[in-house]
This record gives sequence, C-alpha cells and structure tokens, in this order.
Amino acid sequence: MEAASIPGGERSILERSPLSRLPDRALKLGLTALAALILALIVYFFIRLVGQARPAFAKEGVFGFVLGNDWNVSAEHFGALPLLVGTLITSALALLIGVPVAVASAVYATELCPLRLRAPLTILVELLAAVPSVVYGLWGIFFLAPKLQGAEQWIADRLSFVPFIGGGLVTIPNYFITGLVLAIMILPIVSAISREVMSTVPADHKEAALGLGATRWEMIRLAVLPYCRSGIVGGAMLGLGRAIGETIAVTILIGDAPKLGDHLFAQGYSLAAVIANEFGEAQGVHRSALFAAGLVLFVLTLLVNGIARVLVVRAARSSSSNGGGQTTSAAGTLADAAVGA
Amino acid sequence: MSAHGSSVDGSELGQLARFAVSPARRRKDRIARGSILAGTVIALIPLVLIVYYLLRKGLGAWSTSFFTTDPTGNTFFGGSNIGGIKSAILGTIEIVALASAIAVPIGIGVAIWLVEYGKGSWFAQTVRFFVDVLTGVPSIVFGLFVYIVLVVGTGSTYAGYKGSIALSLLMLPVVIRSAEVILLLVPAALRESALALGAPRWRVIFNIVLPTALPGMITGVLLAVARAAGETAPLLFTAAATLKTNFNLGGFMNSLPVQIYKDVTSPTTAVVNRAWGAALTLVVMILLLNLIARLIARRSRLA
Repeated sequence: MEAASIPGGERSILERSPLSRLPDRALKLGLTALAALILALIVYFFIRLVGQARPAFAKEGVFGFVLGNDWNVSAEHFGALPLLVGTLITSALALLIGVPVAVASAVYATELCPLRLRAPLTILVELLAAVPSVVYGLWGIFFLAPKLQGAEQWIADRLSFVPFIGGGLVTIPNYFITGLVLAIMILPIVSAISREVMSTVPADHKEAALGLGATRWEMIRLAVLPYCRSGIVGGAMLGLGRAIGETIAVTILIGDAPKLGDHLFAQGYSLAAVIANEFGEAQGVHRSALFAAGLVLFVLTLLVNGIARVLVVRAARSSSSNGGGQTTSAAGTLADAAVGA
Repeated sequence: MSAHGSSVDGSELGQLARFAVSPARRRKDRIARGSILAGTVIALIPLVLIVYYLLRKGLGAWSTSFFTTDPTGNTFFGGSNIGGIKSAILGTIEIVALASAIAVPIGIGVAIWLVEYGKGSWFAQTVRFFVDVLTGVPSIVFGLFVYIVLVVGTGSTYAGYKGSIALSLLMLPVVIRSAEVILLLVPAALRESALALGAPRWRVIFNIVLPTALPGMITGVLLAVARAAGETAPLLFTAAATLKTNFNLGGFMNSLPVQIYKDVTSPTTAVVNRAWGAALTLVVMILLLNLIARLIARRSRLA
C-alpha cells in the first residue's frame, strides 16, 4: 500500500496524505470496537444474570434448586426439578417425533423426489418456520389438543400397564401435546440442515453403490446416511436447543402445573414456561428463582448448541476433505443461517 | 449446487439391477421408500392444518373495525365491544422498526469487520463463537437480560424501546451471520482491482463491497425482521402490554404476539376469535417479509 514515487519526482497519486488515511483507521477501529462490544455484552449479561439468580441459589443451594422436587411459590420453596423434567420430556418427545419425519422429508427431497417437486417441497417445509411460536400455541390448544384428546385417552387406556405412559386421565394441555407441537416447530431446522448435509454427499459414492447393484434404499442407507450422520445429529441437536428454549407455545400447551406430572398425558411445567407465566407478579426470592431458572435454561441451551455446532462443523469439514469444497462451506454457512431463520 | 442422485442415469443400471435384486430386497426397498414418502407427507400435514385453521378462524374475525379500533379490555362479557388490534399492529411495527434500526447497522458492521479485518484471527474466531452463542440463547432469556439491565438497572418500568432492544439482540446473530455469508461471496478480484486503482480501504468497502452485497444482505435482514416480529417472550417483561395506541416508544406498548398470548388465555370465545384474527394478521405480515426476501434473493447476483 505504501506508494512508490514515480521517477519524475512528482508525488504519486497512490501516495496518501496522513489526513486522508484517517477514515481508514477510524473505520477499522470503530468496527473492531463493535465486534468487541458483542463479546462484552454477553459476558456482562451472564454476570448480571448470575448476580440476580444468587439469592435463590443461596437459599436452596445449587443442587437443591436444580434437583429439588418442590416448586411452591406461597411456601417459598423453589426446587426446579419439575420444570427441568418438563423441559427435558417435551424436548425429547419433540426429537423423537420430529427428527425421523424431518430426515425422511430431507431424504425424499434430495434423493427420491422428482426434480420439479424439489423446490416447492423445500419451500413448504420452510414455511413452517415462518409461523410464530404464539400461533403454534394458539393452534395447538384450540385445534390440535382437543382433536387428539380422544386418541390420547385411547392410547393411555390401552397402554395402562406401561408406567409413565398409560393409566392416567388425559388432560387437554399435557406433555405429549407440547412435545408434538415442538416437533412441528423444530421440523424446518432439522430438515433444512439434513438437506444441506445430504446435498454434499459426493455423487461418486451414490453411483458406486448403485453400480454395485444396490437398490435406491440400500444406496441411501449405505452411501447417504452414514456420510451425513454427524451432520444430521448436529441438526437434531440444534433442534433440541430450539425445543428447550421454546417458551410461549410451551406455556400455552403444557398446562403450567408446578409439579411432576405422573404420566405422559398429564400437565406439567417447563423452565421457560415458568418464567413467562410467573415473572410478571414475582417478588423477592421468587423472582430470583425465576432468574435462576433462566440461568439453568441458558446453560442447558449453551451445552446443547455447543455440541451441535461441533458436530455440524465436523460434518462440513469431513465432507470438504472429500473434495466438496464450495458446496460444503455453503452448507456450513447455510446451516448457520437456518439456525436463525 | 452439487450433483444429486439425479446425475445417476438410472435407466440402464436399473435394467441390469432388476436381474440381480431379489424379491426380498425389492420389497424392502419399496417399504423403505414408502415410509420416506409417508414421512414427507406427515411433515406437510401440520402446515396444511395450520393454514386452513388460520384462514377459517382468522378471516371470520377480520373486519374494518378489527383493524381500526384498539382493544377495549372489556373482555369479560365478550360480545362486540372487545375492540380490535390497531394498537397491537402499530406497536409491532414500531418496536420491530426500532429493533431493526439498532440491529442492522451493528450487525452489518460486525460482519464487515469479520470479513474485511478480522478474517481468521483468534479474536475474529472468538467473536464468531460468541455470535453462535447468541444464536442459541432462548428468546425469553433475552427478555430477562434486558429486564435486568434496563428495568431493574435503571429503576424504571417497561417501555417499547426496551422491547426493541430485546428483539435487536435476537436479530443480531441472524443479521451478522447472513451478512457475513454474503460478504464472503463478493469476489476478491473486485476488492483487489479497487485497491490496485488506489482506492483506500474504506472506499473499497463502501463503494465496492457493500453495493455488491446489498441485495443479499437485505434478504438476511428481512428474514431477521420476520423472526423478530413473531417473538412474544422477549416482549413480555420489556415492552409489556397495553390497550391504547401509543406512538411513544418510551411508554408501554402493545404488540401482536403479546396481544395474541393474552387473548389465548381468555375464557371468552369472542376474545379467542380476536386472537385468531390477530394471528392471521401476524402470519400474513411475516409471510410478506419472507416473500420479499426471497424475491430479492433471486435477483441477487451473488449466491
């Protein structure tokens, strides 16, 4: 960048006066400060959140708070186990129902479907991501839950010998219906990431499988799925992160009962739902306990998302070492975009 | 993008394979393909049901007065005097507009820094990691953050602009990541030729890189806006809810998602119907943003 002077002795047009170099410095400095601001912000938030949660942890102890099975606001007992269990049950259900469907739709879109149908199919699945959480809650509680109550009761009666599933009375808001709606909500992300990862499978692998006489399904099972495994698992983990943090739809659908539901079709509570539902009128230790619930939620999603990201990045890297360079970097970044969209 | 299964010309291979494949394997293939198709159909069922119910219930609630009156709060007896959603629509537009005004410049600034200055340095990697962390934070936790800092911290109460800040935190990672992707797609040759002509770095960024990347970045921004517009949780303890139309972002402010959330919990049918109408309005607004984003993305020369 330093200008070379032209033999004639005149000042080169490439040479800049110190004054004209100023905007450059200012821009670089300003942008660096912005980037640093992001870091500072997150660290600051985390510290403040811990500070606000401290009274609750001091009262119950960290383990007492996380594992105590007693959330009683009027008695000022704050054991978050019922909330944690509610979060975990509903998110696990969401994965159990959502991931197979999402992966199936991704396999269909990338491997089996006629080319002409691929784009519309993709757009339709992604439309699910455009529906706001509160609308899922509204639809779930007024349409899906009443419609499915009979079927749920039937299953609960048939499976009455299975602990935790059958035997009980099915309420309209319950763990199962929450998990089902969460499954619908994570479908677009898991499907989008699976699709991106599957599109990076080298055609050679698939052609080799078919050339050896594999059927389409054998080709998918032998060439496509093993190649995408860590990418799909990563996508599922990102979906899990979403499901754990999902608030409003869960608050509407889970029933907001601050105790451990004794079976799958009982009402319960979740970490996010308790904050949304009780924060407005909370005071003192109760409020601090809700901050603590937020902190547990925050740490939980950090862990899940951290693992997910490592898996997705590893999937992108392993496929780029197989010569899929351009496409895989696009897959990685698209995966990031999908997380947001 | 890349070669898919379609690049395998299956006709001849298929002919050959037909001799080799045993009936059992063929049956298995058919069953597996059938279940994959079934899974895809199952994936589409909720969409159909949601759209159908939204239209059926939502359109029934729509009327001129629905959009031109504020909710009255007089919900106990139901009937026609419960009011509409004017304050909620205006509140959502205001809150999201301010959130975008905060998140978009900061987000694009950080993305430019990552692509033009930070690149692969450890500091840039750290920033990327923290942006990823932001992506994963549940939206209700953003609400708590802003509550701690701006409501407890200042000793004041809820306000529309506090909701905007919570939403902008939510939008930031989406804006940064999408802008970074697009900026990386700007050909290095464009930058290098501008630099070779003697343009200073800042002019290269403002006159060459940004205009080239603009359409793609608008797409990312619109998707972030669409996401923020549908969020309820961060607004509950920041912007709160109110009935009256309020143009002052310093006061309590209503918004569509919060209004829907409040209405869902009502025992009155008329109020629940208003929630359906508001939900349809919100979904239409978000879909429009998505549609515009897609159209711009298609026009973009990059990506």
